[in-house]
Amino acid sequence: MDNSLKIENLTVEVGGRVILEDLNLEISPGSTLVLFGPNGSGKSTLIKAIMGFENYAITHGKIVFGGEVINGLSTDERAKKGIGVLFQNPPKIRGIKLRQMVELVTRRPAQEDIFVDKLNVGELMDRDLNVNFSGGEMKRSELLQVLSQRPKLLLLDEPESGVDIENIAMMGRVLNAFIREHAVASLIITHTGYVLDYVDAQHACVLMDRDIRCYDDPRKVFEDIRQFGYEKCRTCRGQ
Amino acid sequence: MNFMADKDAHLGKEETRRLERIGYDASEKERAGSFIQQDSDLLLRKTLHEDIDVMGVEEALKTVPDAASYYGKAFAALGREYPKETSGGYYIRIKAGKTVLFPVQACLYLKKANFKQKVHNLIIAEPGSKVYIITGCTAHIDSQEAYHLGISEFFVGAGAYVNFTMIHSWTRETSVEPKSIAIVDKAGVFISNYICLDPVKNITMYPTAVLDEMSTAHFSSLMVAHEGSAQDIGSRVIFNGRGSSAEIISRAVSLGGSVTARGHLKASSPDIKAHLECRGLVVNEKGRIHAIPELETEYRDVDMSHEAAIGKISKEEIEYLCSRGISKDKAQSLIIRGFVDTNILSLPELLKKEIDQLADRTLKSGL
Repeated sequence: MDNSLKIENLTVEVGGRVILEDLNLEISPGSTLVLFGPNGSGKSTLIKAIMGFENYAITHGKIVFGGEVINGLSTDERAKKGIGVLFQNPPKIRGIKLRQMVELVTRRPAQEDIFVDKLNVGELMDRDLNVNFSGGEMKRSELLQVLSQRPKLLLLDEPESGVDIENIAMMGRVLNAFIREHAVASLIITHTGYVLDYVDAQHACVLMDRDIRCYDDPRKVFEDIRQFGYEKCRTCRGQ
Repeated sequence: MNFMADKDAHLGKEETRRLERIGYDASEKERAGSFIQQDSDLLLRKTLHEDIDVMGVEEALKTVPDAASYYGKAFAALGREYPKETSGGYYIRIKAGKTVLFPVQACLYLKKANFKQKVHNLIIAEPGSKVYIITGCTAHIDSQEAYHLGISEFFVGAGAYVNFTMIHSWTRETSVEPKSIAIVDKAGVFISNYICLDPVKNITMYPTAVLDEMSTAHFSSLMVAHEGSAQDIGSRVIFNGRGSSAEIISRAVSLGGSVTARGHLKASSPDIKAHLECRGLVVNEKGRIHAIPELETEYRDVDMSHEAAIGKISKEEIEYLCSRGISKDKAQSLIIRGFVDTNILSLPELLKKEIDQLADRTLKSGL
């Protein structure tokens, strides 16, 4: 299965402002890339551009998924190709239940989805999507939805933020098992690095100054950022 | 008018289809009584429970000794006039202290082209009784510029409970003017659920509940205004007794039509609690929603609040759903269906599923 993601010379503007410029990035089939970067560096923008969100205008460059250029596809078509997203701050939607979402995605009764039990989201199923969800509940609901899509490529935007340690461990284990079992490719944005304890990531890189700064071993990159901050990335590694 | 029609009504295909759209259950398995009036003709009136009387209002005025004393009484209580030139309408009465869990169903159907249907309904819940009523009003597809005037007087006795669900499903050329007043005695409860999801030319209604001590009113409405529809719909509660409380909740969606969503809470007594909530969703650029919430009192010791919010469908919500593989059109209709939230209605369990399916069907074909 070719579930590789290749981003070539990508420039993305939001509201006329260049957020990503001439960016190149590659995730080979079945591998996991961790994306670090300071707040506001454009990490979430990259995910929304990959999904084809309207306000994220691609003014230059290509997004290639599984060998196919997907720039021209609508968001739902990209999802149907096998790209799934876990959002950092998903919107609250009144009147739409988590159960309904899982059933719309899987076209089966939600209780049949193994992840409902695994992620311990039973009590969230009949609540309005993200309305009065705690940080942890929101992320478990997001993970349930994206895994029920059975994606080939996972884009995870801070899956552990707002989640308590116990639930991070539980989510991390479920996620890692899914990635391994289905040889899923993934891009994981993280600030805390906790997710590295559970998911086998082969590479990491840093997004700053509108571009990718380095590729290296995830633990090494994370340790450097912890010790020296993002300023060091600018000087020490280059591209 | 023939008021002896208590045999089964013979309905045509179109009639059956229209009536099903307003919650009419021809099997009557879970109904305590049925009433159908077409134009000014009584087609069916049937009592299926010993504690309930269902008949045409004219029959009631002739055969029930005290019925006449109720006729016009609610309007008189508010010092209001009401149109006298009516023909037909239903009379539903539940005996004191009795609870009937299956709803009584009543349908008012407009068939003749350009016909003006004018009815006067009387609903009497004797003290301590409990009753559920589902009433539907609809028009034949060929009824053209038809008009419907529905006067309803509710008398909720002391400690009685009336749960009244009204479903409107008109045509693009129908004009509609319901006029309802509920007089709620001490510790009584009046619940009104209103649903109008199909096109209509115009609707003007401002049902009013008058509350005595310790009594409660709850009005909730779900409205969809299609292009060409003008809906001026509100609910009013007048608090005439201490310890009374009320809630008015509405959801209005404009698909290009105009909605005026009114709400008026008037505390003419201290020690009352009331809340008004109105949410609007404008989907189409031609649409218009005007929310007019009013709170009024001369007393300090009251707890009254309102919240009103109008907005469009957020792009963020659409894109979120699309990112799960749902098409943009489907995402939009899901959000609208979610907004028209039947959970705001105070429906009995028995009707919940029926009304949900009705909203699913109506919105599916309407969006």
